Amino acid sequence: MEVKIKSMKYEDFKDNEYIEHLIAELKAAHTNVVVGCLDELINWGRSNSLWPLTFATSCCGIEFMSLGAARYDMARFGFEVARASPRQADFVMVAGTIVHRMAPVLKRLYDQLAEPKYVVAAGGCAVSGGPFRNSYHVLKGVEEILPVDVYIPGCPPRPEAMFYGLMQLQRKVKVEKFFGGVNRQEKREKVFGK
Amino acid sequence: MANIQQEISGFLPEATFVEGAILEVAVPDAKWHELALYLRDKLHFDYLVSIVGMDWGETMGCIYYLTSTADNSQVSVKVETSDRENPLLHTVSDLWKSAYLYEREVYDFYGIRFINHPDMRRLFLRNDWVGYPLRKDYNADPALNPIRLEHEAVDDVTHAIVETEDGKLEERTNTIFSPEEFVVNIGPQHPATHGVLRLRTSLDGEIVKKVDVYCGYIHRGIEKLCESLTYPQTLHFADRLDYMSAQQNRHAVCLCIEDALQIEVPMRAQYIRTIMDELMRISSHLLFWSTFCMDLGGTTAFFYGFRDREKILDIFEETCGARMTFNYYTIGGLMADLHPDFQRKVKEFCAYLPAKLKEYHTLFTGNVIAQQRMKGVGLLSREDAISYGIAGPSGRASGWACDVRKNHPYALYDKVEFNEVVRTEGDVFARYMVRLDEILESIHIIEQLIDNIPEGDYAVKMKPIIKLPEGRYFRQVEASRGPLGIFIESHGDKNPYRLKINSACLPLVAGLDPMCRGGKIADLIAIGGSLDYVIPDMDR
Repeated sequence: MEVKIKSMKYEDFKDNEYIEHLIAELKAAHTNVVVGCLDELINWGRSNSLWPLTFATSCCGIEFMSLGAARYDMARFGFEVARASPRQADFVMVAGTIVHRMAPVLKRLYDQLAEPKYVVAAGGCAVSGGPFRNSYHVLKGVEEILPVDVYIPGCPPRPEAMFYGLMQLQRKVKVEKFFGGVNRQEKREKVFGK
Repeated sequence: MANIQQEISGFLPEATFVEGAILEVAVPDAKWHELALYLRDKLHFDYLVSIVGMDWGETMGCIYYLTSTADNSQVSVKVETSDRENPLLHTVSDLWKSAYLYEREVYDFYGIRFINHPDMRRLFLRNDWVGYPLRKDYNADPALNPIRLEHEAVDDVTHAIVETEDGKLEERTNTIFSPEEFVVNIGPQHPATHGVLRLRTSLDGEIVKKVDVYCGYIHRGIEKLCESLTYPQTLHFADRLDYMSAQQNRHAVCLCIEDALQIEVPMRAQYIRTIMDELMRISSHLLFWSTFCMDLGGTTAFFYGFRDREKILDIFEETCGARMTFNYYTIGGLMADLHPDFQRKVKEFCAYLPAKLKEYHTLFTGNVIAQQRMKGVGLLSREDAISYGIAGPSGRASGWACDVRKNHPYALYDKVEFNEVVRTEGDVFARYMVRLDEILESIHIIEQLIDNIPEGDYAVKMKPIIKLPEGRYFRQVEASRGPLGIFIESHGDKNPYRLKINSACLPLVAGLDPMCRGGKIADLIAIGGSLDYVIPDMDR
């Protein structure tokens, strides 16, 4: 099984180990031929039409807007349908610092996203708190409240870096088991338990 | 200066004075309201620039910065209280409307309550936050304030402390929204609020009755962080305040520190700083145009504006090495010299943009629908603009000539020739046109400088650890959205005792309520877009 992204060669990605690890995991699960083929078809469609939620708190949000403009043009990858409602979006790109007051709002937005859903932490602040890490009012990375799929470092990340991160997300989607398996990071007990 | 001092001591003999770049008057709290009224009405200090909350250990208090719009003279007033358990000061929110939010900010950070202020709620932090973070004895234990994932309680009732006629203090409650009112929540996650601003809006059908602003959804506590960093380290926060005027913000911090150290910045650096500031202003106004038109439904404008903005970012990137957070200015000059292509590219850009501006006007300005949504909407009078402290392009659209570049020139602004764009209509259309006309003025400034950049050093050599002489320093620059003030109090250490950032955007949201009242809910989007606030700037 090969994970192909149209815009970039497999060897050009710097971190292929984790994707090979995911493939090995997938192979070990022994899916039957029909379901496996359907999986591939569905995932091909899903990975090429990932819709982001328009969510931005600071500087990284402006770079995210640059992605949408003509020069970088994220429509080439199928990310262009930015939705203002979380119900219609596939992933949330956390662009900017998340502070204590914003945390419950972001958590609710994440809960409102329909499964399967993904989180991309863009920029130093969303990854680790960035330059504001020592502040009394800043989260030390968005992973404190959400499970993160892709981290994009930078302050703010260049549009190219954001594309690289989003292509990693596409690859991750492509090796998912869509039928018959639950490939989510968040455990069910967390949402429905207690 | 001596004149103001004489007038004040004639009115209030117990006032004490400290002379400096800005005269400082110390008054007891009991006399402060009286003096404030005198300063505003008799001496024409009608613009309250900033209220700086302070914790001096023994005492706590505020420093008020006032400017006269008649002759641009400045004065500062210091009021303090020694009661740390229950600190109280008298409000001036009845005299200057900008004090309404500033005093709430001081309450939020220091716990100082203002007598007769109608609304003593927290401004930036959650209403269940424990402690006052900018106090020097604040307990930063994360167990006290863990990350709470439940939403904070909605507060329709607020507390106030009122002085009755016989001088007694009474606790009162004031209603913000009564139970009969129909309140719609807008934000913090809303595409038209330009960031994470939250507005609670009371509606009567389609008519806006009241707007209540909630800030703090991106409050990062920069001012507190600065207190534990050295002066060169504090600089990088400036780029991340209002990222659309990163260069100007950094300019303000550098100017404030250079003033205190009395460093002469090399001419070459001054030229480059002025050019960079203006390029930044153009890029910010281009982004304003893109997003504002998109708010009003003109999606094409977004692509046009961003296309031209990318050209400026390319110029920045060659010299500064980044597209957004540049880290280019340092104390005493610049980080690096110009890229060899800089002058050629800037000249090309200055020749390119005016034709594109004409295209913008044909695309959007002349459009009938756009005109109907802009003209006569969101009126702001000159008096209100001054009282709310709405300066910058929005204030100039209301007829208030408030450009810091003209009133208190810095860098090379007193040597170049440019017009201060002022319009008198005070509506959305005026604010829109002021920004587009300012782009042309900025190009004009750049054209005067770009061929004459002198050779020489681009920075003074500085030590890595800088100690500022004791004192208080306040400097303003004209950022893209209005005056950005930096206040530093130094106790002679290598880090500031207090660094306060006086944002240009906080007054803008304070003015939302009077501008939107009586208008349609759709106008709120147009008004918000035309004010062009950047939320991380006001939340800090």
